[in-house]
Amino acid sequence: MKHTLTCVECPMGCEIEVVTENGAAVSVTGNSCPRGKAYAENEVVCPKRVLTTTVRMTDGRMLPVKTNLPVKKAELLALMQTVNGLHPTAPVHIGDVLVKNISDGADLVAADNME
Amino acid sequence: MKAGYDIVIIGGGPAGLAAAVAAYDSGVKDVLILEREARTGGILNQCIHNGFGLTRFKESMTGPEYAARFEREVKARGIEVLLETTVLSLNQQREVTAVSPEHGVFTVRAGAVILAMGCRERSRGALNIAGSRPAGIYSAGTAQKYVNIKGYLPGKEVVILGSGDIGLIMARRMTLEGAKVHAVCELMPYSGGLKRNIVQCLNDFNIPLYLSHTITKIEGKERVTGVVVSQVDENKQPIKGTEKHFNCDTVLFSVGLIPENELTKSANIPLSPRTRGAVVYQNRETEAQGIFACGNVLQVHDLVDFVSEEAEIAGRGAAQFVLKGAHPRESVSVENGRDISYVLPQKLDKNASGDTKLYFRVARPLKEIKFVLRCGEHVVLERKKRVAVPGEMETLLLKESQIKELSGNVTLEVVE
Amino acid sequence: MREYDVAVIGGGIIGGSILRELTKYKLSVCLLEKEADVAMGQSRANSGIVHAGFDAAEGSLKAKFNVAGNRMMKGYAEELGVKYKNNGSLVVAFSEEEMQAITALKARGEKNGVPRLEILNAEELREKEPNISQEALGALYAPTGGIVCPYGLTIAAIGNAMDNGAELFTEFEVSQIEKTKKGFTVSAVDGREISCKLIVNCAGYASGKIGAIAGDSSIRVGGRRGEYILLDRESGNFVSHTLFFAPTKLGKGILVSPTVDGNLLLGPTAEEIPENDTSTSAAGLASVLEKAKKMCPAVPVYNAITSFAGVRAYNDRHDFIIEESATVAGLINCAGIESPGLTAAPAIAEYVVGELVGKKLSLKKNENFHGRREAELHFQSLTVEEKNAVIAKDPAYGKIVCRCEQISEGEIVRAIHENPPARSVDAVKRRTRAGMGRCQGGFCQPHVAEILARELGIPFEEVKKSGKGSELVKGEIK
Repeated sequence: MKHTLTCVECPMGCEIEVVTENGAAVSVTGNSCPRGKAYAENEVVCPKRVLTTTVRMTDGRMLPVKTNLPVKKAELLALMQTVNGLHPTAPVHIGDVLVKNISDGADLVAADNME
Repeated sequence: MKAGYDIVIIGGGPAGLAAAVAAYDSGVKDVLILEREARTGGILNQCIHNGFGLTRFKESMTGPEYAARFEREVKARGIEVLLETTVLSLNQQREVTAVSPEHGVFTVRAGAVILAMGCRERSRGALNIAGSRPAGIYSAGTAQKYVNIKGYLPGKEVVILGSGDIGLIMARRMTLEGAKVHAVCELMPYSGGLKRNIVQCLNDFNIPLYLSHTITKIEGKERVTGVVVSQVDENKQPIKGTEKHFNCDTVLFSVGLIPENELTKSANIPLSPRTRGAVVYQNRETEAQGIFACGNVLQVHDLVDFVSEEAEIAGRGAAQFVLKGAHPRESVSVENGRDISYVLPQKLDKNASGDTKLYFRVARPLKEIKFVLRCGEHVVLERKKRVAVPGEMETLLLKESQIKELSGNVTLEVVE
Repeated sequence: MREYDVAVIGGGIIGGSILRELTKYKLSVCLLEKEADVAMGQSRANSGIVHAGFDAAEGSLKAKFNVAGNRMMKGYAEELGVKYKNNGSLVVAFSEEEMQAITALKARGEKNGVPRLEILNAEELREKEPNISQEALGALYAPTGGIVCPYGLTIAAIGNAMDNGAELFTEFEVSQIEKTKKGFTVSAVDGREISCKLIVNCAGYASGKIGAIAGDSSIRVGGRRGEYILLDRESGNFVSHTLFFAPTKLGKGILVSPTVDGNLLLGPTAEEIPENDTSTSAAGLASVLEKAKKMCPAVPVYNAITSFAGVRAYNDRHDFIIEESATVAGLINCAGIESPGLTAAPAIAEYVVGELVGKKLSLKKNENFHGRREAELHFQSLTVEEKNAVIAKDPAYGKIVCRCEQISEGEIVRAIHENPPARSVDAVKRRTRAGMGRCQGGFCQPHVAEILARELGIPFEEVKKSGKGSELVKGEIK
């Protein structure tokens, strides 16, 4: 099967063509660098994204949070449900783990400081 | 607070923070940052998505994380910051008048001033889009503030006009928070946003992007109830018969950013009609001696990484000015040639030391081209490029020796 | 049921001026307004011109009240703390036929009692207005023409009336008017009722409907939509006078004028519409731009910050209707007051109260009437010492909320609490100019909304842009 995708590893935005057989990439063309090849291979097999969103703290303020590793793209909306139920209390600092291994070995961590 | 500072920086966003650190590290310790909000970081505080710092730090940070890195550096140096302080006026004698709840109205004299006020969004009003003026019409950045800072959803059924990065980011953000984004309409035949954002904000969530389309009418009395979207021809005029109707309760506008140069204008500092920011030399000094500019107030950047880089140039330039005073200039202009919408800096001082990176944008999407910098018939520099789009800034490095040898104005152009 | 001597229906400039005039006497008065705020009809969206008085036919009420109102306006605005500027008007002619038309206008104006009218030749015109089209042949110059903020004046007049004891009922949409022994009982759609001896019908576009509800079907009102484009304050000095086209068979054309707040205003179109529709149209806005360019080819249209439309009510008698109803005693109609209604308002108010109300009720002077209203506290217009004295007392005046217009939190809080109270983001905007500038509230709207929620003691989700159903957000996330 042939897939066409836009590489997002850098602002170049290469148009990459990937051929897959039985769910595995067999050829990658159009990329300008090894990062592009890796991106394209992952993207056709199991696309992953970093989830960035907010949680409401107990004092009402909004705390930006993110997964510290990419998680499966297909799970993003489902993960929002879990994340929206969290209500941490200040102080919270960048990198503080709010949920250990929320998915795929990624932790949900604070992405801002709230004193 | 004192009556005078070596350097006063207007704005504590990414540009102001980076400029302060660079100025300090260049030997000027007496620096004051004036920030109108209750915290520094500027617009980064509401940009909770990731992707910041990829170019500069080779890692993908959220906006607040990127800001925190510079806030830490400012704090470590003990640089003075006044929050909730709005600058009211500025003059070429480098007197800065500001107001805050704590200090009232006050004026500080500055050895050098760095303008770092950022930019604002173009509003619906600037586009003369017909229809009513109900609730539910927001610029994308305002919606971003409602969602990310205040924690409220501005609407549930959304149509977005403009495929600038903030619009794309908000399409995903609103979707994650439970809204339905029906369409993103773009007047141009291509998107001005980053590729990464098209893929991850629209394609990932099956949000349709209508290129060469615009909103021709907004409906609703108290609250938006719908919009009419039309295709446009090559002159950007709506084509009759192509109207599509969308029911929605919210319209977001992401139709461009405008450098906030009201203070710059009030000080009679010349602006470039192309960038709508000040005309500057390599060191980011404006035509007003000792007044520098950097970041989105100077040119609208697509990556904060470039903002930091530019701010550091301005910070170092301002420090040099404070430490060594003005030096006589011998300047040439950089002209915009074929398919170049602007080049920055607009002026090159042949007496300045160091290499210079020219930042520029192309006027339309281009493939398999060459950027050529000429001085008359003489080609100073050229570089091949496979793809160039207006939404992504390009750079060319000009050596100090090349600048010194220039015999007159230079022109940057695209050769296909 | 609350009882009043006089109920004024309609919180526009006419109703507002009459309400304030009534409070000069020992009368209990109220204002019934259908919308959530005052100045929501044609007083919200019009040109803000203080006309000299050469347009209306000699002997008409329009001519009489226009010229009288023009003389009063400076003092009236000053007393109410509202900005007014005597910038002068120019009626510009582009052909010999139009030169004749402006000469006729001059003669008419002189008959109406307009002072110091003058015909300028092309050179004299260009000296006054360097940006005028090269095609212009001359102009009628009316030095008594001026500009004022129409909603600002309305809000101030009503606020001052309230400070002097008048009561305001908003969202009071009159559904029934019943004649009683003492006068009237007036009911609203939501069931509220008041009683009064006299009604002054100043309902603008709805004045025909109000007349009919009260039993007088003689008033026929139509609506004419006018679309405008407003340019950034950066362009406010592009012209200094109000520039009109000479009246031709094709109508009056549009005007190009500075506003008293320093913007440049282009418009209005004039389009008959079947209902009260204040949306703009692509064709209308295009026509504004086209005509503005005809007047001044270099008009900086790229500096547009917003466009809007207003509906002007007119009646089939083509003059102001200012009289007691022939069929319903005690009902005073001020109906179909179109241009120059804003200019005429102070004079109409004196006449309506002195002559028409005075005939029905005995007018005893209210010794406690205080006609001065503290000027809008515009931060920019104060001296540094004054600013600092204000901030020292209330630090909120040092916190700038609207960066484009430099409006402080203190000014916003004040607008929420003073008469008539601001209850929505747009109401705050009309009183303080927060959100009126080049970013159109992009930066300050969330902050203004937060201040409203705090000061009104309501949840954020209930803060409205304008009236019912215009909540800014659709609820909290998470």
